[in-house]
Amino acid sequence: MSTLVQSEEPSPQVLNNPLHYSSTSHLSSLGRPSDVNLAHGRILYLEDVSVSFDGFKAINNLSLDISPGELRCIIGPNGAGKTTMMDIITGKTRPDKGQVYFGSNINLLEYNEPEIAQLGIGRKFQKPTVFEQLSVFENLELALKMDKRVKASVFFKLSSTQKSRLIEVLETIQLQDSLNAQAGNLSHGQKQWLEIGMLLMQEPKLLLLDEPVAGMTDQETHRTAELFLTLKGKHSLIVVEHDMSFIKTISEKVTVLSEGSVLAEGTFDQVQANEEVIEVYLGR
Amino acid sequence: MKLLELSNINQYYGGSHILRDVSISAELGAVTVLLGRNGVGKTTLLKSLMGLIPIRSGTISFNGLPIQNLPCDQRARAGIGFVPQGRDIFNRLTVEENLRMGLASKPASSDIPAELFELFPVLKQMLHRKGGDLSGGQQQQLAIARALASGPKLLVLDEPTEGIQPSIIKEIGRVIKMLAARADMGILLCEQYYDFAEELADYYVVMDRGEVISQGPGAEMVQRGVRQLVAI
Repeated sequence: MSTLVQSEEPSPQVLNNPLHYSSTSHLSSLGRPSDVNLAHGRILYLEDVSVSFDGFKAINNLSLDISPGELRCIIGPNGAGKTTMMDIITGKTRPDKGQVYFGSNINLLEYNEPEIAQLGIGRKFQKPTVFEQLSVFENLELALKMDKRVKASVFFKLSSTQKSRLIEVLETIQLQDSLNAQAGNLSHGQKQWLEIGMLLMQEPKLLLLDEPVAGMTDQETHRTAELFLTLKGKHSLIVVEHDMSFIKTISEKVTVLSEGSVLAEGTFDQVQANEEVIEVYLGR
Repeated sequence: MKLLELSNINQYYGGSHILRDVSISAELGAVTVLLGRNGVGKTTLLKSLMGLIPIRSGTISFNGLPIQNLPCDQRARAGIGFVPQGRDIFNRLTVEENLRMGLASKPASSDIPAELFELFPVLKQMLHRKGGDLSGGQQQQLAIARALASGPKLLVLDEPTEGIQPSIIKEIGRVIKMLAARADMGILLCEQYYDFAEELADYYVVMDRGEVISQGPGAEMVQRGVRQLVAI
């Protein structure tokens, strides 16, 4: 399920292969999300990561670390490497060199895309991808963290813990009044919240969000800011956004990427006053 | 009458509202620069102008005629030349063939205007090279020449300086200035390179979050603090 929800274009191999989930079931013996070791105060750690595409260095000696419960905003001009960075964290792209650790004990480079999702790293792409024909409730139900093999799914019955989890998520994303609404009829902003809710159903430790407020109305943007502030602390979030007023509202720490590495890091006001940051935004 | 007038353009990708009541215009003999950080809707606006993507509402008037319902090729035929971001040169075609593509809206017997080689002498030397073998800067010049081949009334450029070496940026700036000075063409220039845009601007427009947040004469960009609007 996690693969279905999170991949922009799920590969046919993943979709059609019923054995797919059993191929990742060895994860349970390797360590579930609860086993992520946070003793060193880091949930995500990238060191000296580089990747080139046809000789072009999309990521160039990038180092970055995220604390548990942190809400980190990432900004940067075109081609700074923001999307490639998320591709590396989620296993979509393999770096040429460098280290990528989830907690202090899980080397993400040893895992593939669906395994990384199962470890507890959720990713939301820019476009909303919900099941439009299903209701809000059904979308969340589908996203439940559980055995998704045929037999288990056919005989599935929602337990009371699962039900209360679902209601909790509904309230978090403020869609409790649209429980039975068909997802396709929701507004753009509501669809984005529903998809975030679907990620939350999987109890991710780390959420990556790509331009979550693009195309939202001002009011929706405002509510999304509130949502992120409630998620912070319970989850770690990495938010890539172009909407500076939104970033100013939610951010504690902002990282500016440029040409594949970190150009500046600090509070919004600090990076806003940084001469080098101003220069890259003025295209010099 | 303005050469180009976009009024109250609204554009959506699915339910996502990208352009919000955007109105801009461009005049003959003037450079209008379109500024804004990445992700604010500049390229979407230019693609909407060219008919490459559909708009939800609004009107586009060119030379006094409504063109918002015309397909892309007829907008080109009506006299809008487009230099897309990333150049989109045909790599496997020669420089000459690429230039001929720009003549697609003209009768088959039309020749490549000799003037293009005066503007960009390097293209004459490279005439039989494959487009893909040119440097980025040469490709950018080729893309501009290709857009000029049909003799447009409006030249639309989407970030022509992106990834281009300084000497060629200067060259491109000189050509844009010269074309504007001839007064038979309008230029709409989308840029993220602020200094380059400020130097060329007769008029400026700044976008943020899909809206126009400031516009006015180029000469007032400094006093109006446009630089701060474009930086974060």
